[in-house]
Amino acid sequence: MLANGVRALNIGLAGFAEPISAAGAAVLNLDWRPPAGADAELGMLVARLEDDPDDAIGAAVATANRTALDRLLGASPFLIDVQPAGDAIPGLQGRMLLHSGPPISWERMCGPMRGAIIGALLFEGWASTPEEAERLAVGNEIAFDACHHHGAVGPMAGVVSPSMPVVVVENTTAGNRSFATLNEGLGKVLRFGAYDDSVLERLRWFRDAFGPTLSRALEATGPIDLKSITGQALQMGDEGHNRNVAATSLLVRSLAPTLVRTAREVDAVAALDFLRGNDHFFLNLSMAACKASLDAAHGVPGSTVVTAMSRNGVDFGVRLSGTGNAWYTAPVGVPDGLYFPGYGPEDANPDLGDSAITETCGIGGFAMAAAPAIVRFVGGTAADALNYTREMYRITLERNPAFALPPLGFAGSPTGIDARRVVESGVQPVINTGIAHKLPGVGQIGAGIARAPLSCFADALRALAAQLHVPGAT
Amino acid sequence: MSVVRQRVFRNAYRDSVELMRIAAEVERFPGVIRAGLVMCTPANLAIVAEAGLSEGLDPTAGPNDMAVALAADDDTAADAAFERAATLMRGAAAEAAGEGQRFVPTTISEALADLPGANVALISTPGTYATAEAMKALKRGLHVFLFSDNVSIEDEIELKQLGVLKGLLVMGPDCGTAILDGVPLGFANEVRRGGVGLVGASGTGLQQVTCLLDAFGAGVSQAIGVGGRDLHEEVGGLMMLAALERLVADQGTEVVVLVSKPPAPSVAAKVLAAASTATKPVVVNFLGGDAEAIRASGAHAGTTFEEAAQVAAGLILGSPLPPLEDGHGNPAELAAGLVPGQDRIAGLYSGGSLASEAKVVLKGLLGAEVAGAQQIIDLGDDEYTVGRPHPMIDPRLRSEKIEEAGGDSRVAVILLDIVLGYASHPDPAGALIPAIEAAREAARRDGRGLAVVASLCGTVHDLQGFVGQRAILADAGVRLVASNARAARLAGLVVQHTAMRGVPA
Repeated sequence: MLANGVRALNIGLAGFAEPISAAGAAVLNLDWRPPAGADAELGMLVARLEDDPDDAIGAAVATANRTALDRLLGASPFLIDVQPAGDAIPGLQGRMLLHSGPPISWERMCGPMRGAIIGALLFEGWASTPEEAERLAVGNEIAFDACHHHGAVGPMAGVVSPSMPVVVVENTTAGNRSFATLNEGLGKVLRFGAYDDSVLERLRWFRDAFGPTLSRALEATGPIDLKSITGQALQMGDEGHNRNVAATSLLVRSLAPTLVRTAREVDAVAALDFLRGNDHFFLNLSMAACKASLDAAHGVPGSTVVTAMSRNGVDFGVRLSGTGNAWYTAPVGVPDGLYFPGYGPEDANPDLGDSAITETCGIGGFAMAAAPAIVRFVGGTAADALNYTREMYRITLERNPAFALPPLGFAGSPTGIDARRVVESGVQPVINTGIAHKLPGVGQIGAGIARAPLSCFADALRALAAQLHVPGAT
Repeated sequence: MSVVRQRVFRNAYRDSVELMRIAAEVERFPGVIRAGLVMCTPANLAIVAEAGLSEGLDPTAGPNDMAVALAADDDTAADAAFERAATLMRGAAAEAAGEGQRFVPTTISEALADLPGANVALISTPGTYATAEAMKALKRGLHVFLFSDNVSIEDEIELKQLGVLKGLLVMGPDCGTAILDGVPLGFANEVRRGGVGLVGASGTGLQQVTCLLDAFGAGVSQAIGVGGRDLHEEVGGLMMLAALERLVADQGTEVVVLVSKPPAPSVAAKVLAAASTATKPVVVNFLGGDAEAIRASGAHAGTTFEEAAQVAAGLILGSPLPPLEDGHGNPAELAAGLVPGQDRIAGLYSGGSLASEAKVVLKGLLGAEVAGAQQIIDLGDDEYTVGRPHPMIDPRLRSEKIEEAGGDSRVAVILLDIVLGYASHPDPAGALIPAIEAAREAARRDGRGLAVVASLCGTVHDLQGFVGQRAILADAGVRLVASNARAARLAGLVVQHTAMRGVPA
C-alpha cells in the first residue's frame, strides 16, 4: 500500500519503535519535546506555517522562502568604491546620524553609543565640546536612524555621519548596494564610544587621506569579489565576524600593488601600515557584503527567512523577509566570553552592533567550524566549534556552497535562518561578538558568544502569520 | 605587598583568543591577582599598561613575542603562575578534540533529513501538542498514526479533512492499532499476512478480528485504525471512507472488513453506500447495529467480531469454515458451587471494544433489562486511566477490581479479556493470577463458588506466548474460550443457569 514500505518517525513513546524495527521497517525515534517552549498555541502556528504544496498558507511560505533563498545564495557582493557617507548613502542628509541595531532614541541609548554620537558630532564640527554635543543630541536638531534603514551596517555603536568614508558594496546580481564605515582597529575607537583626540584624528585621516586613497586604488583595481575572499578566508581559519585576519590579508594583497601605484608615497605607506596593524579591517566589508546579500532576500511576502539580526546595546531586533521593515525586539543580554586583563562581566555593556548580519548570512558564529580558535572565547574545544555549526544547521534552510567548511567535509555553511525552525526547536542563533565597556570611551574589554533571544522570532512569526491570515494568528 | 611581573616568550605566536583563555585560567591560579597574556604589539602593550601590569617589562619585546604579565601576591606565586601559563600553552595544542556531538532530531522537519522518504508518523505526545505534530506530518506528506487522546473533535475534523485533501491516512486520534504492509503500529498482534484488509473505529475490535482471522487460517493485508469518533456525525466517517477506498485499490486486499460501534445513521448510510459500490466483498460489523441494513447494501454482516472474522475468512478460504476449537464451555459445570443470590457478571475489561461487544452479546442473550444490570466495565476508559497507564500495560487496577468482585456476594462470574501483542504487558495472564486466586479464596471463605471466564486476544506468534498464557489461566481454573463473544455468552449462560434452577442444591 505504501510505495517503499513503512518508513516511520516515532514521536512520543519510544517503545512504539520496537515492533516496527522488529518487522524490518525503518523507524526513527525523535527526541521530542513540546515545541515552541511548550506554548501550544505558538506551536500550532508553526504547524500552520509548515511547507505544504497543497495548502494555501504552506505553499505561500514555501514559495516565498525559495525565492528569498535563491536571492540570498545568488548574491554577488563586490567592493566597488569608498565614498563619503553623505554622498553614497541614500537618505543620509542634513544633520542626521545613523546607528546600529533597531531604531532607538538618545534617551534610551547605551553609554558606548552615546559616546560615539558625541564623537561623530565633534567630528562633523556640529559641536565643539562634548557638552555641546550632548545638548544637541538631547534636543531635536539631530535626526537619528538605524543604519539598516539605509542599506548600511556598522559594528558596535555603528555610528555613521555624512563625512565618514564608507565602503560601497554592490550585489551585481540584483543591483542593490550596501555601505559600512572603515574599521578603525582596536583600542580607543569611535565604535566603542571613544571620542578623544586620537579617535577624531583617525577619523579625519580616514576622511582626508585613507578613504580617497582606497577609492583611487579601487578605481584602478576594479571591483573586488568579496564573496570569493570570504570563501577563501573560511578555509584559512576565519569565520568572517570575530576573526578576519585571513580575509584582511587577502584583501590587502589584492589592493596593495594598485594602491602603491595610485597614491602618494606618504599616503600609501600610511594606508598599508594601518592595514597591516588591523586584523579586523575586513570585518566591515564582510558585514557590508552580508547586508547586500540579505537585502536582496528581504521583502518577499510570506517568507520566514530572517534578513537581519542586530543589537543597539539595549534591544535585540530581528527582521524577516516577509514582514517588511518592522523590527521585532527583546532586551539584549551580556555575551558569555573572555575579558581583557582588569575587566569582567560587571563592566560589560549588553551586546551591541549590526555585526550579527554575518551570522544572519551564515558566517560568523554559524561558520564556527571553520575557526576553532574562536570557540576558545567560551573555553570550548575544537569539537565544540564543529557543534556550533552543526546546531545551526537545525534552524537554517540551506547550505551555502560558496562558503565551504573544511572540518565538516566542505559542507556549505548553514544559511537562511528560518524563524519557524528557531521558534519550533528553541535553538537560538549563535553570534560571535566583541564585548564593549558600558562606559563610553573605554573600548573593547573582551569577546565572546551571544545567543539571539527567542521571543523576537516568535513575535515576528506571529506577525507574519497574521499577514497570511493564519487561523488563530492576531 | 603584591608584585607585578612579566615573562616574555620570544617568537611564540598564539592566537589572541587562545591567549585570553589561558589568561583566564592563570588568573584563577592561587596567589594571582590579575593576569594578561598578549602578543607584544603596541596596541596590546598599551592595554597591559592600562591594566597596571607593564612595570618592568622588557622593552625589547616585539610583535612576535608573547608576554605573560601578572600581578601576584609574591614572587613565589608569580613564578608558579608563569610555569602554569607555560604548561597551558604547551598543552593547549594537544587537547583532545573528541567526537562531535550528534544531534538527535527533535522536530519532524529535522527528522525528515535523517530518514528521507519517511511515510508514517506515529504520534503519542500529550494531546495538547498532538494536533500540531499531526498537522506538520501531514503537510510534509506523511500518514499519521495518532495514538494521543485528548484531541478535540474540531482538531480531528481539520486533520482528517487535510488528510483527505492530501490523500493521506489519519489513523486516530486515540487510535490503538494498525498493521500497514505487515508492519505493526501501536498495540498490534503478530498475525499472518493475507488477503483481508480491515478498517476499524475500535482498537481492540480490530485486534480481535485480526487474531480470529489468523485462528481461522486467513491473513491480513492491512489493518487501519481510524479512531473511535470517526463514524460520529461530525466527523462523518472521513477516514473510514478514505481507508475503504484505499483497500479497494490495494492489490494485496481481496476482502474488506469494516469494524465500528454503531455509527450515526447518516454516516452508516454513507459507509454502506460506499461498500455497495466497492469492487471487492465487504464484511461490515457495526457492533450491535442494524444487520438488515448492511445486508440490504449488498455487504456481508458480522454481528460479533468472531462472526465478522469467520465470514471474511470464509470469503477468502471458501465457506463453510469449521468452528474454532475450545468449544463454548459448559455453563452448568461452571454454575456448580454457586449459591443463591449470585446472579451477576463482573466484566472487567482492558479492551473498550471488547467490553462493548460483551454488552451487545449479553443484551441479545438476557434481554436489555437483565443485561443492563450486569457490571461490564472498560477499565481503559478515561475515568480510570487518569494518572496511570492503560490496563493493557499495567494490571494493577484490574487486579484490584478482580479482588473486589471476589468479595461481592452477588458476583457469579468474573469475565475477562487478556490482550496479547506488541506494546501490551509482557505477561498479562500471569499478572492477574494472584488477584484471581485471592478472589476465589474470598468467595470460598464466604461459602460461595466463583466462575472465571476469559478469552485470549492474540496469536501463537505473539511475543507473550499464546500457549503459555493459556496454560497459566487454565492452571488457575479460568475457563478459556476462543473469542470474546463466546466468553460473554458463556458468562451470560452461567447467570441464566443459576436463575433458572432457582435455589441450587
